[in-house]
Amino acid sequence: MHSRTIRRWSQVHTWTSLICTLFLLMLALTGLPLIFHHELEHLLGEAPELREMAPDTPHLGLQQLVEAAERHRPGEVVQYFGYEKDEPNGVVAITAATAGTEPNSSHTFMLDARTGEALAMPAANGGILMFILRLHVDMFAGLPGKLLLAFMGLLFAVAIVSGVVLYSPFMRRLKFAEVRQQRSNRARWLDLHNLIGIVTLTWALVVGVTGVVSACADLLISAWRQDALTALVEPYRNAPPLTERAPVDNVLNIASAALPGMQADFIAFPGTRFSSEHHYTVFMVGSSHLTAHLWTPVLIDARTLEVTAIAQRPWYMDALAMSQPLHFGDYGGRPMQVLWAVLDVLTIIVLGSGLYLWWVRQRRGDKQRSGQEAKA
Amino acid sequence: MNWRQSTFALPLVIGLLCAVGLFSALLGDGWWDALAWLGLGVPAVLGTWPLLRRPRQ
Repeated sequence: MHSRTIRRWSQVHTWTSLICTLFLLMLALTGLPLIFHHELEHLLGEAPELREMAPDTPHLGLQQLVEAAERHRPGEVVQYFGYEKDEPNGVVAITAATAGTEPNSSHTFMLDARTGEALAMPAANGGILMFILRLHVDMFAGLPGKLLLAFMGLLFAVAIVSGVVLYSPFMRRLKFAEVRQQRSNRARWLDLHNLIGIVTLTWALVVGVTGVVSACADLLISAWRQDALTALVEPYRNAPPLTERAPVDNVLNIASAALPGMQADFIAFPGTRFSSEHHYTVFMVGSSHLTAHLWTPVLIDARTLEVTAIAQRPWYMDALAMSQPLHFGDYGGRPMQVLWAVLDVLTIIVLGSGLYLWWVRQRRGDKQRSGQEAKA
Repeated sequence: MNWRQSTFALPLVIGLLCAVGLFSALLGDGWWDALAWLGLGVPAVLGTWPLLRRPRQ
């Protein structure tokens, strides 16, 4: 490589990393507790614990659960019911002042599907973990915050790629994983920066890119509403507003009959951003490992309970769904979480050592310059 | 030539192994998970080990 080419790549690497480093440090630090958020919720006593009951206690009808949710939050309406694999007797309910209320103003709790009893889920509504999550997701700045972080993620990706290009001129005379421990601090940290950077490369790139995709979730969901949903609810364009709904009781059976072999992940009630003004939309997922992340929405007319459409999944919604596990590392058991945390800490070390190396070079440059000035 | 001398040979192997690990845990449990732990474990160990060695004075 020509020295001029090296200098150019080095400038790209320096500036893309410098701009994104502070944000990346914040993301890596807040991401660390989020890897263990399930465990932390249990530790803080914030995870809902259902009462022990006979194992075959029957579940209430869904309409009764809707009413229980509305009794628990007077004046609010149900936006979503969600299902969790490890809590078959619970239903996660999300309510808000209106169906269209934005997610940050909603309230989340769990309903015991057998009794209709409401259990608080403090971690979903506030508290330290929610604070960390909001900081990580949008820095409390809504869509602009998400898009800024998405841009920082892109700079991070460019910094990684330019780092790989620079790896070869720096490592030409060294063996793989050789760290010049006996040389200056700067040489030692340069070698560590290069080594840790190159071995964590794939992980950092995947977590970075999936983070960018997740940060664009709001845009992807509105694109999906524009593209797919608008076409599917076209016959309802001039329909009068929904005044009476059929009870929701059978929608899960109706959706299962429409898509045999799949399971319900969540129900979006009429008027929410995952449904239309006239439909209950049941989001079904597959039963295999891979397809358990991929949603297929079934639109059910909220007055007649007829299935009016089974939406095709556009590729970008699949990309969004697959980005979640790959970003959070919560899909391969406890060892995976621990490795995720180790790699996260290693990334913090790469970012920190990068800053240190830049600062040392900067200071040395200053000294050289002032030396030349003194000579002149 | 020493196999550690080739600049990109080992990083490429490690990177591919890591990618296999990241996707294998999406496909199933058991052996798939074990493959994921191996794929992510190699970079985790290689990155941590040189940090723990004290510089010689």
